[in-house]
Amino acid sequence: AGAVRGALRALCLAALLGALRAGGTELTLELPDSAQRCFHQEMESGIKFTLDYQVISGGHYDVDCYVEDPNGKTIYQETKKQYDSFSHHTEVKGVYTFCFSNEFSTFSHKIVYFDFQVGDEPPILPDMNKRVTALTQMESTCVTIHEMLNAVIDSQTHYRLREAQDRSRAEELNGRVSYWSVGETLILFMVSIGQVMLLKSFFTEKRPSSGGAGT
Amino acid sequence: LALYFHVGEREEKCIIEDIPSDTLVVGNYKVQRWDIHKHDFHESAPGLGMFVTVTSPSGEVLLSKLYGPQGTFSFTSYLSGEHIICFQSNSTRFAVTAGSKLRIHLDIRVGEHFFDESDIQAKDKVNEVNTRLEHLIEQIHHVAREQDYEREREEKFRKTSEETNSNILWWAIVQTLILISIGIWQIKSLRDFFIAKKLV
Repeated sequence: AGAVRGALRALCLAALLGALRAGGTELTLELPDSAQRCFHQEMESGIKFTLDYQVISGGHYDVDCYVEDPNGKTIYQETKKQYDSFSHHTEVKGVYTFCFSNEFSTFSHKIVYFDFQVGDEPPILPDMNKRVTALTQMESTCVTIHEMLNAVIDSQTHYRLREAQDRSRAEELNGRVSYWSVGETLILFMVSIGQVMLLKSFFTEKRPSSGGAGT
Repeated sequence: LALYFHVGEREEKCIIEDIPSDTLVVGNYKVQRWDIHKHDFHESAPGLGMFVTVTSPSGEVLLSKLYGPQGTFSFTSYLSGEHIICFQSNSTRFAVTAGSKLRIHLDIRVGEHFFDESDIQAKDKVNEVNTRLEHLIEQIHHVAREQDYEREREEKFRKTSEETNSNILWWAIVQTLILISIGIWQIKSLRDFFIAKKLV
């Protein structure tokens, strides 16, 4: 009995971290300026899906995004967003489309990360929902830990993306500081030497004559 | 398969994966060609293939192979950084033929090792636990690698910020010194000039 309990405990723990998350895709893609990229997914009705996206680098770190249902109706539309999370329960079965657009930008290409999760997770204990009796304490602890680990995954992804974005900004700032400093120094030299030259030229007659103002 | 998107016949589409070293990446794809007559995508298009190219952060090509209309590719990263996975069809048709496009279904998994659930339906419970635990250990190693990579990136970030900070300070000092010395030079130069011109 002790061995069975031990094995069950180990199985439960293994199922925690090993259990598959809900089906989904996460991709990082480059969005050139004035371009639009669309993705499609076929889904049943009555399914919940979530779209998370974040701009990692480029320009003002913003992007347009819209989501359409199979009938062409726009169920989500945002312009110039840096990051957002959108959930929806599908009503119609068919192909749903979501697009990222950088059309408002003329010279900065963006790098966008998105995570598209479809459907609910399969329950980690095989007949969790059909059980007549309540879950044992160990089983309910397992379920709680699993949910918390999912939250950890989401949190870590969010922070990883934030770090990437901030690092991109810092590198941009560093570049700008260097270029502008060199530029300013050159301008400083040019202006000051130019001033002296110009002033000297005011008092230099082109035709030889007695220097200075006449009486 | 899951998500899909459209590309032109000869267009190359790339995605970026920022991953730590020693990470296994597995990708599944399926490509379909648009049929003008049926106004739909072919279920399968024989002869249509896909070039899959994977470039490592140092520019080295890790994978460059031609696969069929449906396939699985995988690679393991040596360096940590941004790997670029590019897809291009081997179609020799030009996009001049109106309305010709391809549909690519894509599913990419990073660092996850999947095993068949059916493999571990062993009669022996201990073996099943064993296999699951080994899988778990592998996943935890992946978590550790991701965290090490994150630490590297944060260090690079911190260095950049500190460099910016000291750059600003240094340039401010240098520019002030230049300003002062040029000011002195200007005055001296003009004074000598006016004295020479007998204006002063």
